[in-house]
Amino acid sequence: MRRAVLLAIAMFALAAPPVSAADSVNPKADFKAFRDYFTKHFPKVPLNDFVNGPYSMDADLRKQWEEIDAFPPYQFALDKGKQMFETPFKNGKTYGDCFPNKGIGIRQSYPYFDAKAGEVVTLDVALNQCRQANGEAPLDYTKDDMAALTAYMAFTSRGKPFDIKIPNDPRALAAYRKGEEYFYTRRGQLNFSCASCHVQSAGDHIRTEVLAPALGLVAALPIYRSEWGGMGTTSRRLITCNSQVRAVPLKAEDELYRDVEYYLSYMSNGLPISGPGARP
Amino acid sequence: MASTIRIRAVASGDTTEVQALVQHPMDSGFVKDAQGNLIPPHYIEVVEFEHAGKPVFTAYWGPAVSKDPYIKFSFKGAQKGDDLTISWVDNKGATDSLVGKIQ
Repeated sequence: MRRAVLLAIAMFALAAPPVSAADSVNPKADFKAFRDYFTKHFPKVPLNDFVNGPYSMDADLRKQWEEIDAFPPYQFALDKGKQMFETPFKNGKTYGDCFPNKGIGIRQSYPYFDAKAGEVVTLDVALNQCRQANGEAPLDYTKDDMAALTAYMAFTSRGKPFDIKIPNDPRALAAYRKGEEYFYTRRGQLNFSCASCHVQSAGDHIRTEVLAPALGLVAALPIYRSEWGGMGTTSRRLITCNSQVRAVPLKAEDELYRDVEYYLSYMSNGLPISGPGARP
Repeated sequence: MASTIRIRAVASGDTTEVQALVQHPMDSGFVKDAQGNLIPPHYIEVVEFEHAGKPVFTAYWGPAVSKDPYIKFSFKGAQKGDDLTISWVDNKGATDSLVGKIQ
């Protein structure tokens, strides 16, 4: 039954919508199929709980997490992020000046499609654009400073539903499609796609870990991982995923990574931001 | 500089439950960096919690304790509003302390 549904999704991903022009892109139909797959497959998980990843799938893990989250390990990163966010650049401006609503409570609108540049801009990229516009050196997309900043921005946006827009622009639709394709394409020595773990096997164990469902996956980023003993950005997460299936990772915030984030965030539309998350 | 310590102590009835997080690399001395050089040992040796001038919890730590350690314990005899002091000393002689209020 499950395989049949998955097959249906896979088919859908390859040829959406089924009958009309083979290369037309229909995010709305994809969205419905994606959501239906998860809600049918996990009927007991409330929709908004998917953002809690493995904890929505495993009662024992959930108890441990609740204990951890009462005094969260990302606390230091949050404090650092807040301080960084509020410290002015050398020219006196701050991060807040680069963003709508002074950068508070806006995480749910990222990534967005930048019509001028013709590409997807993630929050991490927007932060570096802000730094560069103010004469500061960009931050490393995989390191702690970026994780701290995005953690703080996610924290101020907690509970706000993802609101990703795909404008009716062929370039935006192409970016969405590329992200979707990347997500469902098998790669690496283990020949896994992102979907192999996070759609097909969501909720199953991989060794001791519970695989997080793709629905809501991005809502918890950035994350503190006990395995890492520290914080990780979206880039770090994607790069690690790729190397775990023994594929060659792309560069942080590569166009395709941004497209994947765009695709996954759109699929999570309406689900609340829960970042920064704490994961095993 | 911001403190390396976060503490939360909640009194309920006779018992006070304490949670604390300490920011520290806790390098064991057995790990190499990206260039292949050993990272020298750097870890907390003693952590102490004091209430009303008396130690209520002391831990002797070593290289086996993980980075950014988390501590949770409870003790009896404190009131809401009391001070609770936490301090640590590491193997390089560095130290930090913080006074928290019991809630």
